[in-house]
Amino acid sequence: MIELKNLTKKYGSFTAVDNIDLSVPDGELFGFLGPNGAGKTTTLRMIAGILQPTAGSIHLAGIDLASDPLAAKSQLGFIPDRPFIYEKLTGSEFLRFVAGLYGQDGDKVEHRGRELMALFDLEEWGDELVESYSHGMRQKLIISSAFIHRPQVIVVDEPMVGLDPKAARILKDLFREYVRRGHTIMMSTHTLEVAETLCDRIAIIQHGKIRSVGTIQDLRAEATGGGGLEEIFLKLTGERAARDAMEVLDA
Amino acid sequence: MTSELAIPAEVLPPREVAPSPGLFHVLSPKFLAAKARPLGKTDNKSGRLVLFALIGAVFWVFVFGLLYRLLKYFRGIPEIGALLAAKLLGLMFISLFGILILSNVVTALSSFFLAKDLDLLVAAPVDWLRLYGAKLLETTAHSSWMVVLVATPVLTAYGVIYEGGILYPLVAAGAIIPFLIIPAAIGSAVTLMLVNIFPARRTRDILSVIAILAAAGIVLIFRLVRPERLARPEGFRSLVEFISLLRTPTSPWIPSEWAAQSIMTWLRKDPEILSFYLLWSTAAFVVVLGAMLHRWLYARGFSKSQESGERWVRQGSLGRLVAKVLTPWGVMRRELVLKEMRLFFRDTTQWSQLILLTVLVVVYVFNIKFLPLRGEGVTFFLANVIPFVNLILAGFVLASIAARFIFPGISLEGRTLWLLRSSPLEMRQLLWSKFWVGTIPLLALALILVFATDVLLQVSDFMMLVSIFTITMMTFAIAGLALGFGALFPKFNTENAAQIPTSFGGLVLMMASVVLIGLVIVMEARPVYQYVGARYMKIEGDPVEMWLGFGGATLICLAATFVPIKIAVQRMKELER
Repeated sequence: MIELKNLTKKYGSFTAVDNIDLSVPDGELFGFLGPNGAGKTTTLRMIAGILQPTAGSIHLAGIDLASDPLAAKSQLGFIPDRPFIYEKLTGSEFLRFVAGLYGQDGDKVEHRGRELMALFDLEEWGDELVESYSHGMRQKLIISSAFIHRPQVIVVDEPMVGLDPKAARILKDLFREYVRRGHTIMMSTHTLEVAETLCDRIAIIQHGKIRSVGTIQDLRAEATGGGGLEEIFLKLTGERAARDAMEVLDA
Repeated sequence: MTSELAIPAEVLPPREVAPSPGLFHVLSPKFLAAKARPLGKTDNKSGRLVLFALIGAVFWVFVFGLLYRLLKYFRGIPEIGALLAAKLLGLMFISLFGILILSNVVTALSSFFLAKDLDLLVAAPVDWLRLYGAKLLETTAHSSWMVVLVATPVLTAYGVIYEGGILYPLVAAGAIIPFLIIPAAIGSAVTLMLVNIFPARRTRDILSVIAILAAAGIVLIFRLVRPERLARPEGFRSLVEFISLLRTPTSPWIPSEWAAQSIMTWLRKDPEILSFYLLWSTAAFVVVLGAMLHRWLYARGFSKSQESGERWVRQGSLGRLVAKVLTPWGVMRRELVLKEMRLFFRDTTQWSQLILLTVLVVVYVFNIKFLPLRGEGVTFFLANVIPFVNLILAGFVLASIAARFIFPGISLEGRTLWLLRSSPLEMRQLLWSKFWVGTIPLLALALILVFATDVLLQVSDFMMLVSIFTITMMTFAIAGLALGFGALFPKFNTENAAQIPTSFGGLVLMMASVVLIGLVIVMEARPVYQYVGARYMKIEGDPVEMWLGFGGATLICLAATFVPIKIAVQRMKELER
């Protein structure tokens, strides 16, 4: 479970996240949508404990991140949007290292690591240095590392970037099965098709504020006029679709 | 309608070649970045500025003061004084030239082949000559700023003592500028050829090893020249022989000699235009040659440098052993230490520096062995004071090693901090792991170094004890400072780990280490000297002063160990990456 109360993040006079209240219960896959610069990544990085909120509170699996950060982070797996990892470790060593950060080791971890790498077709690459991995392979390795310690909550920033269609499909199945087992996932994405087919509920964030939150049906009703998520998104965020492309190209 | 995006042919402009952007346009992002963040992202810019200015001023005053006294002494010696000053300048310039060549070779690999802006620049219609010019300037600036920083107080001291006059700064600048350009052009050309010869990214590894071996070679050659002979004219058969050695140029075919000549002849009021001519014409020649090579080889080399890195690694038995030993300390600590070790030994740019380190240590012990500390004129006091000088020098060696290996620790975590910050790992734990991983080998080296040299010096048991105690405390303090400054002045976005120690933070660390070593030695020297003296005279020494001296030095070392790490932990907690 993830609970955000009055969550705010300011950079000087600029408010990146403005007084957000959200609650994502166990067993839910929650989508976070919004235009570029709306505050999605900032919110997710605050939940991951990387950024300090200016105000408000974050609870992960019922534990206050501010008062007991280590216990709260023990329940968390984070997948960032840019796959930066130690270039000079092998894939297997990286998974072992991440498990170690959560105090886990031994045969179970080794077995889990092998299974996760096999799931993403990385088993043959396990003993090779990360520096020889492609962007997509690094992303798959980071996704595997978020699952290695079996967290209660997973926070994902743009999971599909760089993944091939097969890996994208595997990831969707993995996420669905994971929440079916009672865990929580919160993910931001720009792929509206992914959000529409995968998420139980969706929040649309704009200028740091939650513009709308609910199931696809709720959002459709709010956007008055129905249509797919793309239309709903554009209506709710007030963006002009492909704004006057001809004009721009002629400029 | 937006669905009709097909653009009719007549709307398209006629095909034309875009004008190539100018050199300064290509370089403008660097200027803008430097202007926007001179001291890194910080809330406390003025505080840091004051710190920079203060430490920088202390360093400059120190170097200037040292040179001033030395040159004043030289000036007082008739006949050979000016020759000694010229020789000293020549030796200094040849060392700087060697450092510049190496530094440019390594920097050129980053700026010409691995920098992040290259994808954009190579894909844009940027003229090859402008790209070369921009990258050469960038390489020169990155490799040379520290040399300029060190040379300024040195050359100022020369100018003041030998009354260089109003035009002296211009003359010095006229000699220094081509002196910096020549190694930059040579270094860039060497890198360009290496990238074309060796496969892909292995070049970086090969380059590191070559650069380090070359540096080791320079140190050894410098040692073989035996510059200390100049300080002992009595060692020569006659004064004529000594003067003739002084008159011989250190290296007549190397630009360092021309630069030294340009400056010294001006200071001797006998300006010589030939040296300037040689400097500037050589600079122009190597830049033109470099540009031609660049045109011929760059596209192929750049393409090669984009190929992927090393793939396979072997699981070392050392790793398995360390894993076993560390198991009782918990999974998290074990994995952190193992990770540090793997990253270090698999990064050629890091471990290859051990070669240089070994050479430095060998040369150091060799120097001590050949010190004329026996026979006539060597008093009991001298033999016991020398160990303090030994401690100071060993301290400098340790500080430079800490700057190479411990200081970059935090910067190298930059891109992966997201992982550590989002995991239940305490920053305190991370920093202390880095501290111990760096300090244990450093301490082992420090103890071996001091023990070996003290045995060679045949010091008393008391002095041996003092030396071992002091170097142990200083090692902890220097490691603490290195880690602390590493967190205070991180370089998270660097493309080459070898460049981190030469950043401003690295310089501040070296200066702080010098201050620390000085303080510790000053606190200990007087009571030890008095104690040794009293024992020699067979009278009672003053134990209170001894306790105060050692107590003070210990307190300073403990503070320098714990305070920087405490500050670093706080800084890491506040860091938002």
